[in-house]
Amino acid sequence: MKALEFSRKPARYAAAMIAGAIRPGGGAAVGPLRLRDLDRPELPDDNWITLRPRLAGICGSDLSTIDGHSSRYFEPIVSFPFVPGHEVVADLDDGSRAVVIPVLHCEIRGIDPVCSACAAGQINRCERIAFGHLEPGLQTGFCCDTGGGWSEFMVAHPSQLVPVPDQLSDEAAVMVEPAACAVHAARAAAATLDGRSGPVAVIGAGTLGLLTIAALDVRNDVLVGARYPHQRRLAVALGATSVVAPDELANAVRLATGSLRYGGTHDGGQLTGGAAAVIDCVGSEASLADALAMVAPGGTILVVGMPATTTLDLTGLWHREVALRGVYAYDRADFDAAVDLVGAQDLGRLVSATYPLARYTDAIAHAAEAGRRGAVKVAFDLRDEKERNRS
Amino acid sequence: MPRPGLVLDVDSSTPPILFHHGEGFALEKLPPGRSRVIYPAEPQAGLKDTDAAIRHALEHPLGDSQPLSSLLFAGMKLTICFDDLSLPLPMMKRPDVRQRIIEAVLDTAAAAGVDDVELIAALALHRRMTEDELRHAVGDRVYDAFAPSGRLYNHDAEDPDGMLEIGTTDHGEVVEINKRAATSDLIVYVNINLVAMDGGWKSTATGLSGYRSLKHHHNVHTMQNSTSFMDRHKSELHHSNWRMGKVLKDSDVKIFQIETTLNNDTFGTPSLGTGTPLSMLSKREWEWTAKDRAMFMGVQAGLKRMPARAKRAAFNSWQAPYAVTSVQAGEVEAVHESTLEHVFSQHLVPVEGQTDVLTMGLPYICPYNVNSTMNPILVMCLGLGYFFNLYRGKPLVRQGGVLIMRHPTPWEFNPVHHPSYIDFFEQVLADTTDPVEIEKKYEKQFAEDEWYRHLYRTSYAYHGVHPFYMWYWGSHALQHLGKVVIVGGDPKAVRRLGFAPASTMQDALEIASDVVGPAPTITHVHNPPILMADVT
Repeated sequence: MKALEFSRKPARYAAAMIAGAIRPGGGAAVGPLRLRDLDRPELPDDNWITLRPRLAGICGSDLSTIDGHSSRYFEPIVSFPFVPGHEVVADLDDGSRAVVIPVLHCEIRGIDPVCSACAAGQINRCERIAFGHLEPGLQTGFCCDTGGGWSEFMVAHPSQLVPVPDQLSDEAAVMVEPAACAVHAARAAAATLDGRSGPVAVIGAGTLGLLTIAALDVRNDVLVGARYPHQRRLAVALGATSVVAPDELANAVRLATGSLRYGGTHDGGQLTGGAAAVIDCVGSEASLADALAMVAPGGTILVVGMPATTTLDLTGLWHREVALRGVYAYDRADFDAAVDLVGAQDLGRLVSATYPLARYTDAIAHAAEAGRRGAVKVAFDLRDEKERNRS
Repeated sequence: MPRPGLVLDVDSSTPPILFHHGEGFALEKLPPGRSRVIYPAEPQAGLKDTDAAIRHALEHPLGDSQPLSSLLFAGMKLTICFDDLSLPLPMMKRPDVRQRIIEAVLDTAAAAGVDDVELIAALALHRRMTEDELRHAVGDRVYDAFAPSGRLYNHDAEDPDGMLEIGTTDHGEVVEINKRAATSDLIVYVNINLVAMDGGWKSTATGLSGYRSLKHHHNVHTMQNSTSFMDRHKSELHHSNWRMGKVLKDSDVKIFQIETTLNNDTFGTPSLGTGTPLSMLSKREWEWTAKDRAMFMGVQAGLKRMPARAKRAAFNSWQAPYAVTSVQAGEVEAVHESTLEHVFSQHLVPVEGQTDVLTMGLPYICPYNVNSTMNPILVMCLGLGYFFNLYRGKPLVRQGGVLIMRHPTPWEFNPVHHPSYIDFFEQVLADTTDPVEIEKKYEKQFAEDEWYRHLYRTSYAYHGVHPFYMWYWGSHALQHLGKVVIVGGDPKAVRRLGFAPASTMQDALEIASDVVGPAPTITHVHNPPILMADVT
């Protein structure tokens, strides 16, 4: 079968880091990612089934991996070589379609009894993602045993499957996994706010930012920093109260909260007040610094975008009793809500372009520069791959 | 004898016409047979002895006022208020006429034994003047005598203890002015009436007021019903100020108004002995000598090579050799009527009929970017506010016509002077450019924002609500025009303003043809030096 495989090749990884630094997505051409003919992944046990991916999205964490920017934190919780792709809508043998919940938690790994987080239904916090009968891997798409969506075939545990309603297009269905992340973030924000008034600030209006805006179910004004015109339009369409340029977001928060500033005249400096919740959908050093400058004393920064090794001045976090909280993935309830959200808000429209596997360097380049190129989500389209259709 | 203003019909022999273009210039060839150019009158001669004219005005007041010397007495509380740095434009060469008048008033006060004297820059919601700017306006002698002891300062409309409500007009408009001025035995107001909008009751009722009063006339309704705000008798802005003036007059507030007019010698005039290297900017192009052309080319070449910062510094340092053409003092309304006659005699140019397309070249300066940056909102205000409204009778351009302005319109702001402008541009105009909606949805929030208030009071920032007023200033034009095109501007900034960008005048005329047809009539206002069209 055709698949894009990511192997552990330090020299190529170093080349990807350099290429990725020169041009986003540049790591695809020179790094460890290659289009290969592979054997289909074996079923780990009789319960598992084989899937034929239809569409598989390219996520920010994938791009980070391909360009060599991922943290070494991931080393013990991934296994090489792996086939990326965790945003997947796939065909099942019975002719139905399903989206995949990619988290490889205790139940899927055959661990019994399950860890305390899994017992509580919080599969995203599973303590056993490197153990059990599967090789390490926090998700499908980062584990050498399961395959991933960027291939003609992959395997999944039945508990990972969520049926796709007939009325959802493949494009809508492939948005369910990232939408589930957004639902989880929106729920975390609502819990953080707990009825507090004042605006919520959302940093970033890429896929995750836009989906989070769509998922937010709060009475508070939602102020968004968005770089590109299409992101601005979509943010407003999906429920943002006000959308401004990223470097103006702190000013918008200041104005909305009647805050003053410590230092500076117009730009820069720390707001005296700020947003009760700041949702950072970028996760970069700059976005985290911005979040710290605009969050209210006692407020919370929800880190939804995947960060990496970062240098930050946390004095304000200490002095203003700010909480910095990671928001990762989802649980089953988030996923079910995401299916509804995707349908209700027509989120399939966020799929801007699809590519066959053979054009993976173009696809990665497009995804890495999605904002600049007027795109949101870029995905691989496997519906026309030959071997997939022969089986 | 200076020549009056002129309307030139452009024919094939007409040379390219000068357009100001921010911190630069351009020459444009206008289509012959259907274009005309309105030139300002040449600068009138100044008073032979300005100081004597000032002394005469103080002792021979107009209206029912007593001479200044008889209004002054020992033990009284005297407050001298003066127009701020927004006047004149560009700033005039030293000595500024305010300095001459203030020195004369102080001499008279000293002779009467008055020692409780304070001086206030009547800046309403404009930014505070710096020490250098104050020194330029009032002179070093006055500054050194009063500022160190805190008796010369900027008006602060947000000082909770510094404002006093005087009353309410019969239209329900609150009249609130500077408390020190209001509680003085006499306010002496020192004005520079650069354009017809200035002066009269606007001096005190606006210059010494704050948001509580200003909101009654600095709003969209008023501006759309001021046709134009340069024509006092047809200006709702002035009607409101005059109603407020009545409240002041009926209260205990006593005002001695001193108004002055200047000629329009912005760039120097050799025949008046004020020639400068930029004198050709005041000339009609067909009268340019070989030396003028060489000088213009040299200036252009020099500007091209100059770094942006140096270019701005060079323009901001320009001081006009204006001459004082009149001084009148006494009762506000009588004084102002006389002032307007002088202003109109310099500025008015008779023009027959309206045009399809109005063109203008916007210079580097407007009342709100002295020693600062001409940001896009100020470009809008200068073009659609000030220049568009420099008419009497009817607008130069017909209803539904097109305005084409030349200006680089950079996406650039001075964060110290214009902090709320930045947010207005980034947040408000990104949402809507409709003045009515802007007023309804955003004005209060900006006007009452504590941070803007803090910067206005302690730094050198225009008040939070000020960018709204700039937008309202252009609301009559926005309502009147079918389209606005900016030539040579930053396309992104121009679009944010809601206007169409064009890279050349030819492109702009092409864009205009969508609205006014393929062969429209075109009128170019050759301003500055300032002119005002008297359109019949």
